[in-house]
Amino acid sequence: MTTIFDASRPGRVNAQHAPEAQAITTLENQFLRASPPPLPQVSELQVVRHFTRLSQRNFSVDTHFYPLGSCTMKYNPRVCHTLASLSGFLDRHPLASEESGQGVLRTLHELQEMLKEISGMRAVSLVPMAGAQGEFAGVAMIRAYHLARGDHQRTEMLIPDAAHGTNPATAAICGLTVREIPTNAHGDVDLDALRAAAGPHTAGLMLTNPSTLGVFERQILQMARIVHDAGGLLYYDGANLNAVAGRVRPGDMGFDAVHFNVHKTFATPHGGGGPGAGPVGVGERLEPFLPVPVVGRRLLDNGGEWFFQMTQQELPDSIGPMAAFAGNVGVLLRAHVYLRMIGAEGLSRIADFATLNANYLMARLAAAGFTVAFPERRATHEFLLSMQFEAKNFGVTALDFAKRLLDYNCYAPTIYFPALIPESMLIEPTETESKETLDHFVEAMIAIRQEAQNDPHRVRTAPHAVPVPGKGPGRLDATRAARKPDLIWKENTVS
Amino acid sequence: MPFIPHTPADIAAMLLQIGAPNLDSLFDEIPAELRCPPLRLPPAMNEMAVTRLMRERAGSKPNGLCFIGAGAYEHHIPAAVWEIAARGEFLTAYTPYQAEASQGTLQVLFEFQTMMAGLTGMDAANASMYDGASALAEAALMAVRAHEGKGRKLLIPTSVHPLYRRVVHTLTRHQEIEVIELPFDPVEGRVSPSALNHYRGRGIAALVIPQPNFFGILEEADELTNWARREGALVIGLVNPVALGLLAPPGDWGDTGADIACGEGQPLGAPLASGGPYFGFLGCRQELLRQMPGRIVGRTLDAAGAPGFILTLQAREQHIRRSRATSNICTNQGIMTIAAAIHLSLLGPDGLARVAAACHANTLALTDRLLEIPGVTRIFTGPVFHEIALRLPKPSRPVLSQLARLGIQGGYRLEEHYPKLAKGILTCATETRTRADIDLYASTLTWVLNVKDA
Repeated sequence: MTTIFDASRPGRVNAQHAPEAQAITTLENQFLRASPPPLPQVSELQVVRHFTRLSQRNFSVDTHFYPLGSCTMKYNPRVCHTLASLSGFLDRHPLASEESGQGVLRTLHELQEMLKEISGMRAVSLVPMAGAQGEFAGVAMIRAYHLARGDHQRTEMLIPDAAHGTNPATAAICGLTVREIPTNAHGDVDLDALRAAAGPHTAGLMLTNPSTLGVFERQILQMARIVHDAGGLLYYDGANLNAVAGRVRPGDMGFDAVHFNVHKTFATPHGGGGPGAGPVGVGERLEPFLPVPVVGRRLLDNGGEWFFQMTQQELPDSIGPMAAFAGNVGVLLRAHVYLRMIGAEGLSRIADFATLNANYLMARLAAAGFTVAFPERRATHEFLLSMQFEAKNFGVTALDFAKRLLDYNCYAPTIYFPALIPESMLIEPTETESKETLDHFVEAMIAIRQEAQNDPHRVRTAPHAVPVPGKGPGRLDATRAARKPDLIWKENTVS
Repeated sequence: MPFIPHTPADIAAMLLQIGAPNLDSLFDEIPAELRCPPLRLPPAMNEMAVTRLMRERAGSKPNGLCFIGAGAYEHHIPAAVWEIAARGEFLTAYTPYQAEASQGTLQVLFEFQTMMAGLTGMDAANASMYDGASALAEAALMAVRAHEGKGRKLLIPTSVHPLYRRVVHTLTRHQEIEVIELPFDPVEGRVSPSALNHYRGRGIAALVIPQPNFFGILEEADELTNWARREGALVIGLVNPVALGLLAPPGDWGDTGADIACGEGQPLGAPLASGGPYFGFLGCRQELLRQMPGRIVGRTLDAAGAPGFILTLQAREQHIRRSRATSNICTNQGIMTIAAAIHLSLLGPDGLARVAAACHANTLALTDRLLEIPGVTRIFTGPVFHEIALRLPKPSRPVLSQLARLGIQGGYRLEEHYPKLAKGILTCATETRTRADIDLYASTLTWVLNVKDA
C-alpha cells in the first residue's frame, strides 16, 4: 500500500498546471512561510495512476450491490451529473449578477416547487448542505417558533429510541434536551409513553416514517394529534422518503417541518460520504423562519418572470444562513434533472419497486430460515434481520456476516442499527436492482450461513478477497486505530 | 420504466414469493386516508428532452469574466482532477463504514488529511466539513468545548467574511456562546493589535484570525496569536488554502502557533458552481484531537499485520454518542476532498506557490490599472494579498450591474454588509486572468463611469 507521498521526489514539478514562477517582493517576510508546504512532488501520470488504482479499491453502486439500510444506494443516473456539469452552471460565481443567474435560479425555484408538492408543505428552502443540516434547520425553526410566541419553557424534544443518531445530536446542539420514546413489540411508537411524555415542555417530536425499523408508523395521525394538542410541532426526518414519495405526503401526516435527503430519494451520488443536500419544507407556522437564501419569483410587466434570492432583508425572522452562499447548488441541480426525468408517475413507481424489492428479499430470506425482526409486518423500502440465532448457535455475528458478504461481491447492509434489535442487519435493496441481483444476495447469505456452521473461522476472519484475494487488507483493527491515532502520513513510518 | 429493471415476469414471480396480489397491496399498512392523489409535477422527460432543457438553462455564455472573490475564487482546475474524481467508484460509494470495501476512499481521505495538516501546519486534520463558514462555526464550538469552565466568549474581528459571521451566529446561537465582534481599524482594514487591550482579562475562549482577511489584507497574525496566548485564549486561524502556498501557516504564527485552522476548500479543485458544493477544512493541534468534529480516517493493521485505513475516533460522533456528540455532522463533503487531494498532488508545493504568487501579482496589477481611473481610490492601507477593496466615484450597485451586462463580473458590493464602506467594491484577479482581461476590465469600467446616470 503505497501512498502518494511515497512516490514524491524533490525537484519533480508539473509545470503544465500552474502559471510561471515569480518572485514576491511586495510582502514582508513575516507573512511568508519559511519552507514550502509538504505536498507530494509527483508527475501527472503518477497522480492519475495512483488515484485510479485507489478508486479500484472501492465498492460502489456502479460496481457492486450496495444494500446499505437507511442510505438508499440506488443508481445515480449519469445524465444528472453531465447536465449539472455544464459550464454555464459550473463557472458561475455565487455572487455574480442576478441576471447571469436566471437559468440556475429558475431551475432551483422549480425544484422548490416540486419539493413542496412532494412533501405537501407550504414553503421550501434548499440551503441546508446535508440531511443533518436540514435537521438542524428544522429543529432551529421549531425552537424559533416557540420563542417568538414567548413559549420559553418548551425545551424538550421527543425522539423515538429507534431514531437516527443525528436526531438527538441535532436536538442537543439546538439547546434542547432529548426525551426518548420507546417502541412497542410491533415496531410502532408506544402511544401511551408518548401521551405521558407530551406536555407543556414539549418543543416537538422528531420522527422518521417509515421508521428505521423498516415499517410504516401506522399511528402517525394519533401521534400528530397528541403532540399538537400538547403544543408541540412535528419534524419529519426524510431519510426514508424513498419508500413512500408520491403515495403519502409528510404534510398530510401532520408534520410541520421536513427535510429531504436528495442524495437518497433523488438519486444524487453519495460521493464517498458527500456532498449531499438537505432541503427543508415547512408548514404555515414555520414559514417565516426558513433558512436563507430562498429563491423567490416575481412576475414582470412584460409577462416574464424574474428569479432572485431572498435574504434576511426579505425574511427578517429567518433562522439565518447556514452556508456562506446558496448551499450545494450542484447537488440540487442533479436532483432537479432526476425529478424532471421521472415525473409524478415515476416517483410513485420508485416507491412501488423499492417496496417490492425489499418485501421480496425479506420473503426469500425468511423462507431460507433467517430471522426477520417484524415478520408480521410489511417491509417498506427496507427491513430488519436479527442474526441473534446465528450468533448464539454458530458464534458468527452480524459483523461477521457483513464482512463475509464483501467476499461475495455485496457491500454490507447496515449493522447494529437500530440498536433495539440484537445483532441487527438493516437491508435496503432500492428499486434500481434487478431480481437476479437480489437472488444472488440471498444465495450469498445462505452460503455464508452454511460456512458459519462448517467453518466459522472462515467467516469470523472475513473478508478474504477484497478487492482481490491476497491484495486487500483483511479485517482491520478498529480498536488499535482509536487507541493510537495515526492520522497523517509521516516520513519513515509504516508504509 | 426509467431506471427500474423489472420485467412483467419478474414482478409476477416476486409478488408470488411475497404472497401479495399486486403492488398496491404492499402499502396496505398505510392508513387509507393518508394516500395522496396523483402529484402535480412536470411531466416526465426523456434524456434528450431534459438535455435540451438544461442546456437552455445553463446558457451558452452567461457568466462573463470573473473578478469576484469574496470567499470563492476562479482557479484553473487541471483536467485530470475531475476525470479521476468523477470515476463511478469514487462518486457512487457511500461513507466508508465497511473499511475493507472502501480502502480507496479511505486512503484518499488519509492523504487529504495529511495535505491539509501540512498546509496549515497543524498536527491533524479531519476529512472535511460542509463549507468554510460552517467549518468556522464548528471550530468556534470546538474551541469553547476545549476551553470548558474558562468562559464561553468568542472574539471575531469584523474583517472576517460577513456571511461567515452570520453562519456562525445561526449555528452556535443555541450553545450559550457569547460572540463578540472586534471592529477592524478603518484606516488599515485589519485588526489593530492595540485594540485588543480592551478585551484583556475578559475570559475570551478563542480569537479568530482571518489570514488574509475578507478585504484581502494580511493581519498581524503573529502579534494577535501572542496576545491570545497571554490571555489563555485559543487561536482559530481562518485561512485560504491557495494563499498557504506562500503564506505562513497558522501552525507557525507567533511564538506557539494557532490551535485550530479552518477555511474554505473551494480554491482546491471545486468549481464556483453558483455556491457549491464546496468543502470546509478543519485541523488542530494534537491536544485538541478528541474535540475535533467530523469524520477522521486513521491507519491501522489487519490481523496479518498488513496496514489499512479505517474511520476512527468515532466515539465523538453522532451515530455513537447521539445527544452527547461533538457535532451533529454525519457526512463530510467526500468527493470534493477527493478532488482536492488530486488537485494538490498535481500542483505540488511549487505549483501551489506559483498560483498564489500569480493571484497576488495579478491583483496588484489590477489595482494599479483601476487606480489610474479618475475617482477610483483604495479604501485601506494594509498590505494586500490577493483581493483589493476600492472606492468608486459612483454608487457601486448600478456600476456593477452595468459591468455585468458588458461581460465583466466586477466584484462584490461592500455596502451589502458594511454600510460605512459606501461605493466600495471588493475585487480580485486570480491566476486565470490575463493582462488583456485586466485591461478590458479597466477600459469597461472607465466607459461605465463616464456614461451619464451610471
